[in-house]
Order: sequence, then C-alpha cells, then structure tokens
Amino acid sequence: MKFGIIVFPGSNCDADCFHVIEQVMGQEARYIWHKEPDVTACDALILPGGFSYGDYLRTGAIARFSPVMSRVVDFAAQGGLVLGICNGFQILLEAGLLPGAMLRNRTLRFICKPVHLKVKNTETPFTRTLQEHQVLRVPIAHGEGNYYCDDKTLKELENNRQIVFTYCTPEGIENDAANPNGSLANIAGITNKAGNVLGMMPHPERCSESVMGGVDGYPIFAAMISWLQEVGR
Amino acid sequence: MKELSYREMGLTDEEYRQAAELLGRTPNYLELGMFAVMWSEHCGYKNSRPLLKQFPTQGPQVIQGPGENAGVVDIGDNQALVFKIESHNHPSAIEPYQGAATGVGGIVRDIFTMGARPIAMLNSLRFGPLDETRVKALFSGVVKGIGDYGNCLGIPTVGGEVYFNASYRGNPLVNAMCVGLVRQDEIALAVANEVGSPIMLVGARTGRDGIHGATFASEELSESSAEKRPSVQVGDPFMEKLLIEACLELIKEDLVAGMQDLGAAGLTSSIAETASKKGLGVAVDVLKVPRREPGMTPYEVMLSESQERMLIVPRKGKHNRITEIFEKWGLDAVVIGEVTGDGLFKVYEGQELRGSVPVAALTESCPVYTREGQEPVYYKKKQAFSWAELPDECDSQTILALLASPSIASKKWVYSQYDHQVMLNTVVLPGQGDAAVLRIKGHDKGIGLVTDCNGRMVYLDPFRGGVMAVCEAARNLACVGARPLALTNCLNFGSPENPNIYWQMQQAIQGMSLAARTLNTPVVSGNVSLYNETEAGAIFPTPVVGMVGLIENLENRMDMAFKNSGEIIVILGGLRTELGGSEYLALIHDEESGEVPAPHLEKEKVLIDLLLELSARKLLSSCHDVADGGLAVTLAEMAIAGSMGFAVSPPINGQRADEVMFSEAPGRIVASLPESSLAEVEALARSFGIELHRLGTTGGGLLQYKLEGKADISVALEQAAHSWGEAIACHMS
Repeated sequence: MKFGIIVFPGSNCDADCFHVIEQVMGQEARYIWHKEPDVTACDALILPGGFSYGDYLRTGAIARFSPVMSRVVDFAAQGGLVLGICNGFQILLEAGLLPGAMLRNRTLRFICKPVHLKVKNTETPFTRTLQEHQVLRVPIAHGEGNYYCDDKTLKELENNRQIVFTYCTPEGIENDAANPNGSLANIAGITNKAGNVLGMMPHPERCSESVMGGVDGYPIFAAMISWLQEVGR
Repeated sequence: MKELSYREMGLTDEEYRQAAELLGRTPNYLELGMFAVMWSEHCGYKNSRPLLKQFPTQGPQVIQGPGENAGVVDIGDNQALVFKIESHNHPSAIEPYQGAATGVGGIVRDIFTMGARPIAMLNSLRFGPLDETRVKALFSGVVKGIGDYGNCLGIPTVGGEVYFNASYRGNPLVNAMCVGLVRQDEIALAVANEVGSPIMLVGARTGRDGIHGATFASEELSESSAEKRPSVQVGDPFMEKLLIEACLELIKEDLVAGMQDLGAAGLTSSIAETASKKGLGVAVDVLKVPRREPGMTPYEVMLSESQERMLIVPRKGKHNRITEIFEKWGLDAVVIGEVTGDGLFKVYEGQELRGSVPVAALTESCPVYTREGQEPVYYKKKQAFSWAELPDECDSQTILALLASPSIASKKWVYSQYDHQVMLNTVVLPGQGDAAVLRIKGHDKGIGLVTDCNGRMVYLDPFRGGVMAVCEAARNLACVGARPLALTNCLNFGSPENPNIYWQMQQAIQGMSLAARTLNTPVVSGNVSLYNETEAGAIFPTPVVGMVGLIENLENRMDMAFKNSGEIIVILGGLRTELGGSEYLALIHDEESGEVPAPHLEKEKVLIDLLLELSARKLLSSCHDVADGGLAVTLAEMAIAGSMGFAVSPPINGQRADEVMFSEAPGRIVASLPESSLAEVEALARSFGIELHRLGTTGGGLLQYKLEGKADISVALEQAAHSWGEAIACHMS
C-alpha cells in the first residue's frame, strides 16, 4: 500500500510517520510537499504532527489554505483514508473535514507524556484490529489539544459513533483526572460521518515498535492496511 | 539612538588605544562597535583563552575539536555526532521566555551549520530558591521558552538538570546543548576560500534587536540591566525550522563552500570568522541587507543580533540552485557582498565606504588577559567545617525532605513541557535513567547524552568540583551502558577581574582537564559565560559538562528502575561517609560547607569499565549512581522509578547513620540484579578491584532502611513517590 505523508512548512513528525510506514509496517511511503497538486497515486494519506506555519494565528489555520488541502478534501470525499495526527488533526478541523475546534490545554502548558485511550468504536478502518473498550497507552505532545464543539455537534458525534478514542485511566475509566487537556467528553480522536477520516491528538507512530517502550499504536496502522487490502480505496 | 562611548560599548582605555594602533588612525563609530563586540569575552574569550588551553582536545575519536561551531566525534559507520553547549544567562535573567528560546535557537544553528541534523537537545538550568515569586516567574518563563522553541523545531529535548540555590537568585543559568548526527563525508566547515565568491544572507530580516548583546553578556547584571531588554533577541522557531531544512538540503547537494550562523555580534562576527580562516577579506553593502525597520545605520545593521539568520558562501556556479532551494522553503536569500583578497573587512552603505578594519585585527589581535588568581578567604574556612557537632538527623522525615527538595525532586514538571520523543529515537526517556539514550536508526548502536555539574561542590572546592563534574557525567553514561566519548562544557563563573573568581576558574579548569584526560573524554567544544554576578555577589562557579557516549549494542542499555521483586541490591565503589557539600548538610543543617569528598580518578575509570562489562554481559537489572542526596535518595529514586520498594541494611561499622546514608562522595553505583548473577558480578568486581557491598533486596511497598544500632526507617513507597514526584508542581501551582 502507498501512504502519502503530507509535508507542510513546519511539519515535524513527517519523518516519524514515514519511518513507521516503511520500516515497521513494510509499506510504501511518499512525502507530499504541500504545494504538490497530486495525491491520487496514494492509497491513504497521513497529515503528520508538528507546527505547520509555526502554529501562527491558530494551529492549522494557515495550513488549511495550502494548495494540497483541496486535494485532501477531494480524496476524502471519494472515500480515501485520511489520518490526521496531532497538528494533522488540528488541520483537519480547520479544513472542515472534521467537526469542532481545538483550544489551548487547560493547564496552558505543552504536555508531553503517555496517556491511556479507550477504544469506543472498532467499526472504523482505523480501529478494526482493536477490541471494543480496549485501553491503549499512547503518548501525547501538544499545547492545543483541548477539543471543543457545541452540544448539537457532540450529540451527532455520539449518535454516529464518531468518537473513536477517549482519554481514560489505565483501568479504562473516562474521568476528569484522566483528561490531560480538558477536552470535551474526554475526546481524543474522532472520525467524520463516513468514518474514512480520523483525527487524533495522541501519536500512534510513537508507540509502534517495542524499542520505543510500547506497541499500542501499531494496530491502528495495521487496521488501515488490512482495510485497504480487503476493501480497497 | 544615542551614541555610546567606547567605554559604554565595553572597551577599556587600553583596548581603545590598541584598536586605534591596529587601524593606524582613530576608529570611527562603526569600527569601534565592531571592535567592542569582537573583543568581548563572549566572542573573543580574552579572559579565558589561556586557561582553556589546558583542556585535552585530542583523541582517536575526535574528528573536530574546539575552534569550529561545534565539536565532532566518530561513532563508527561513517557517522559522527556534532555537539556543543552554550549559555544564554544574561538575556534569560531579564527576559526569561525569549532569552531561553533564543538560546535554544542559537545552539541549534551551531549544529546544523556543521551540516548535521540536530537530533537532541539537553539543558542545564540554575535558579534561586523556588519559594520566591520572582524565581518562579523566571523558572516557568525559561522552561516555556525552551519548550516552545524546541517543540516547534521537532527536536526532542531529552535530558538535562535543574538546581535551585540562592547564589543564582538574580542571575539564573540557562545552558542549552544540542547534538546532531552527520555523515562524516558531509561535515561542513565555516570557511570562505575563494576570492570573488558572493556572500549570501538568508533567513529573518535584520532589526534593531540584540545590538551589543555580546557586550551585555560580558558584564555583571545590575539594577539597570532591565533597561537592556532591547539587547535581548526575539525568536521565531518556525523560521529556524525552515532554515534547518533548507540548509541541510544545500549540504546534501554539496552547494556551499562555507556556512556560518549569525549569533553573538551578528554579521560582524559571522563574516569575520568566515573570512579569517584563510586570511581573506570581505566587502559588504549594508543597503543590501533586508531590514525589519527603516532608518537603520550601518552600525545597527552590522551589530544587530536578530535571530534566525545564516550566512552562506556558495560553491562556484551554485548560487542559482541555492536561491531555488531557499525559494522552495519560502526564504529570501540575498547577496550582500563578496570575498576579497585584501584581508580587510570593508563595510559599504551603497557606494560609500563606512568602515574598514583588517579581519585579523578583530579576530587574532583580540587582547588576551592572563590574570592572577587568589584563593578566597572562604575556602579554608569552609573546608575546615566539621559536622561532628551536628545531630544525626537520619530519619524518615529527612529522607522525605530531601526527596522533596527541588534540586533533587523529579523534574517531570519541566520535561513534560518538552517534546522528548519526536524523531522516534528516545529509548531511555527523561527520569528513567542516569542519562538519555537514543537509538541510531538502521544500526544496532545507540548514544547516551547527559549534562552534569554540582555548583556547590565546585564552590567549596573548585578543583575537586571540576573533577567531579566530569566524573559524574562519565559515570552517568556508564550507568546506561554507554562508553563516554567526549565532552563539551559551558563555563559559568562570576567576574574574572575578581582574583578570587579567577582562582575558581583556574582550579575548576585544572580539575576538569585532569579528569577529562584520565577518562579519555577530550573537550571538543564549549562556551564561556563570565560576569555572572549581581550586587549580591557571584554565582556558584558552575562549569557544566555535557557528555556524549556510545552504546555499541542498544540491547545492553540500562536504566534506574527496580524491575523484579526479590532481587539483590548492591553498591559498587564502597560506602563512604564524607558529608561535605551534601544536600543533607545544606537542607537539614543549613550548612553549605565541609571538605568536598575526594574523587579517586583512577578508580572512577575502572568503575566505568566495570559497568560497561556488566552491561555487555546483561548482568544488572538496574543501575543508578550515588549523587545528590546520597545513598538514601539513590535507592528511593530506583524504587520510585520501578514502583517497587526495598529493604536494605547497609553495614555502617559504627559510623553515624547520616554519613552513610547522605554522603555524596563520588565513584559509587547502586545496582539491582537477580540472585543468579550475584556470583559473577562479585567475581567481576573483584577482578576490577572495585569494592562491592550487598545492601538488601527489592520488593514490597516500603522503603526500608535498617541501620545497625539505630531505629529502622520505613517510608511508604507511595508517600516517597508523591514527595519526590509532586514537589516542583506544588511550588508552581
């Protein structure tokens, strides 16, 4: 499978995603510079973490105007798999591919640490390898990961089972103590209505090899690959 | 802008006379400014150069020693590490956020200027007592500044140290270290070697920020220092990220003859350094320099320390390709001048020549001062102090108090604000081991990185303290299984014009040199920061050591966490009882005194070899050196890291319990190992001639210290973990 990794000026987890796709998952990865107009040769797209355009103005706010973003929108509209991690999630929100917005962490500080995630929906192309209510340990590293949306949107997210990951305790309890950044309803990751676009603040690429201290991110990439193999684009 | 006198620029009367003599006429205002910044301690090392000559700088592992932007060491497979540590103390004292941020930016540029991809940052920080409001503001500003800049660049901040002590109250220390990875055949040096080559400037526009920053960094802080806030630069990490990517592309395509970052003393220094190596000259036109603000004089343009700028001397015919690459990254590169053959540094404003100074006058002719050191009165007095009259306060309260002392407590509050995992190399994370460990992708090997310096020990005995700083760094590397390779240092002292301070410098540098020579860890780069003092006095002398090591097989790495219940705990290197300079004396008895425990250099070397042998044979489950807080704290930290208690009964042989438990005497390691390995470990220790004592066993939920003839001490693991883990957060909330 061919993964396109979109590189904006200021992206900084692009090489990490590339490494995991090629060296760990054994798939083909390709960097897509944000000015490139073509993403059609890819089977899936990843918007990596980082500080696109220095996070100036607002995280993701400038990147969404990059030429490549209209192609990403088309790609998603045709059912292509799009995974946005951290800053990639923020860009997907700004681009309107996912609902809601990000606020600064409630501590007003950048937070880099492992957190626990509860898997809320295993019927997506990104989670089909996981068990319902399984608890994953995945690192976060962000200053603006405090997810917010209005009540109506939250209801829709819940009704459509678009909430895929929530922050929880190691035992799987979704409480305020387990919420690192103040996200509404402990939301850590959501999909679009169709389920082919996932945005998540935690970094699955940082825990896909045992040498990195954990492998709970591996099944997410494995799910994408198996979905592509079975269902195709 | 009001014109400054040469004295206000930082030149002495004698230096002014020398400058005029070198020119053969009275220097004009621009030329004076150029002399002042180039002859500042920060750029010219005029007070420290004679002392720095003592450092060993050679070794088979050394590819590039001092004199370039950073040092380079061989790690095999045609790969090398490029690294350096640098201070940004004075800017951080008056503008902590930007001061620290631009400190990170500056050291990162030093690394990629050499053609290396920056792969890790460390930092060594010192502040006043954490219960003071002003100190909290400085501390949180500095940490946020480091985090925001490094996080944006996508370079992990993987390690470092933070100490809190009254001597740093008005003058915090902010030392940042960057480590880069480079192919040996792609190492770039800052040399202009061809007459007629264009000189290109790329990156941020030039503004009035940071003018005379180098001079400001070379004088004491005072009440009026806040007025120098315009001397602090403002950072733009996004611009720096673009520069990194673009400049590394230039190197990959072999397009540049010379590349130099603009740091202290801005254009003046980077141009002079680039031209001086081959004895060439340079002519630049300040009108060609893109500006942030109108009306800047040639003086302001040449002395501006605006951040995120690079100077590029292209290879012949490569100028257009370079412009293309910069355009891809949205950067403007302009030609501001050219390399000449006359050895002169000529500054034009359009057609008008505004200044002309021989390059060598600015660089090689920088005055050098060899001063007389004088032993301070405090030295013998402090050495003579005896703790024999003090009560033995060895109990659970003391252990918990030490664990909660901000200098010892967990630095989680700090490193959780730094992205320490980006780049997917960090395999021993902050707080897990005595040094950070990174893998090198595509190879079995890894590297260990660490910074160390106990300023109090250096204050009490600069020679021994200097030895200890180097030894501790090397020992910490060995504790993660890394063979120490080489070091960089940041020499933070007060005013060298004070004979007592100069004596501290002499002694500390002697000690560090001896240790570096003995341990075969040459000094390959460094930075000197003097005049770290306020009206209240000088800081503790703090020569920070940053060291890198190689782990040939990453599988052999070690960390400090107890792993399995029922394992044997041993101490290697003996039970020592000297309390001089310990955190225990300072915190519990309010005494920063005593004879600093003697380091045994040869033993230290053997201990490191033994640790490497033990790691190669995978005999240890965990390993941690005895340092701040002594044996009691070392054991507690291992227990907390592994969420597993212990029971120990160190043989105290009639000594005071506090001596055995809290001595910070160097050269000692605590380790845990399975019973089945004990015989082999004992035999190895014996064959290396290193003392081994069995202390007890791991397991349970208590930290139990049983001392012969004393009441048992027992602390709940949870309570210890809370005291240690939350102390800094509690101060900061």
